[in-house]
Amino acid sequence: MACMIIPGTEAIITTILAKAVASREEKERKMEAFQGKDGDTVSGITEIPFSRKLRWLSNLLWGGSALLAFEHVWHGEIVPWFPFLTAVGNPADTAAMLHEMATSGIAMSALVTAVWAVMLVMVSVVERRTLKGQAIHK
Amino acid sequence: MTLLTVVFAAIFCTVLWYRMAPQDEMKVSVLCWIFWGASLMWLVDAVFAYMKQGAAYFTPAPAEMLNDWFLGVSVVALGLVVWLVILLVKDPRGAVKATLFKERKLNK
Repeated sequence: MACMIIPGTEAIITTILAKAVASREEKERKMEAFQGKDGDTVSGITEIPFSRKLRWLSNLLWGGSALLAFEHVWHGEIVPWFPFLTAVGNPADTAAMLHEMATSGIAMSALVTAVWAVMLVMVSVVERRTLKGQAIHK
Repeated sequence: MTLLTVVFAAIFCTVLWYRMAPQDEMKVSVLCWIFWGASLMWLVDAVFAYMKQGAAYFTPAPAEMLNDWFLGVSVVALGLVVWLVILLVKDPRGAVKATLFKERKLNK
């Protein structure tokens, strides 16, 4: 009914967070360049910035929420006029909608975040191996 | 059926992205994110539907299946349109910019 509101909200939060983290990383990079440090750089290969990893999560969430929103339009659960959600019209439907948001909405957000977390673990293993390999060759 | 259509689209786009990686001039990664995100969310929907309907979930009525497939194809089309808009706006190859510039030059 409106389950995509939960991952959609998470998408907004992660996008804002990614932008904030990116601007902090940029400041740090400028500071390091000014001080002459090269951070974790080994032979030109650097660690993937956390802001980029956060963008992976927000991309997954935005993509999924957008297509799911279309499905809700298809089924007549979302309409282009106020209050946009047809379930808001009567209390019984509203309760069902809130229940769906609390169950499948949260489960969707949790699954996407869990898959992203697994991706991060795998990427960090590859990252560590690459950086270590480069350090040995140096 | 919708889940299946989107999963196949996600797999196809991921293979396409891998063939061209690390170059991503055509921004195929955008399609991968869109379709995998939707696949994961529809997977949750499918699990909830299975919990509600049991084995009947796997034997939908033909009309229902056709409608779901129609929805799946429409969703893939929407994903492709979103990708196309992102591709043209970001214009990684500079083709749009070059075309506009060329036309302006011709007008002069």
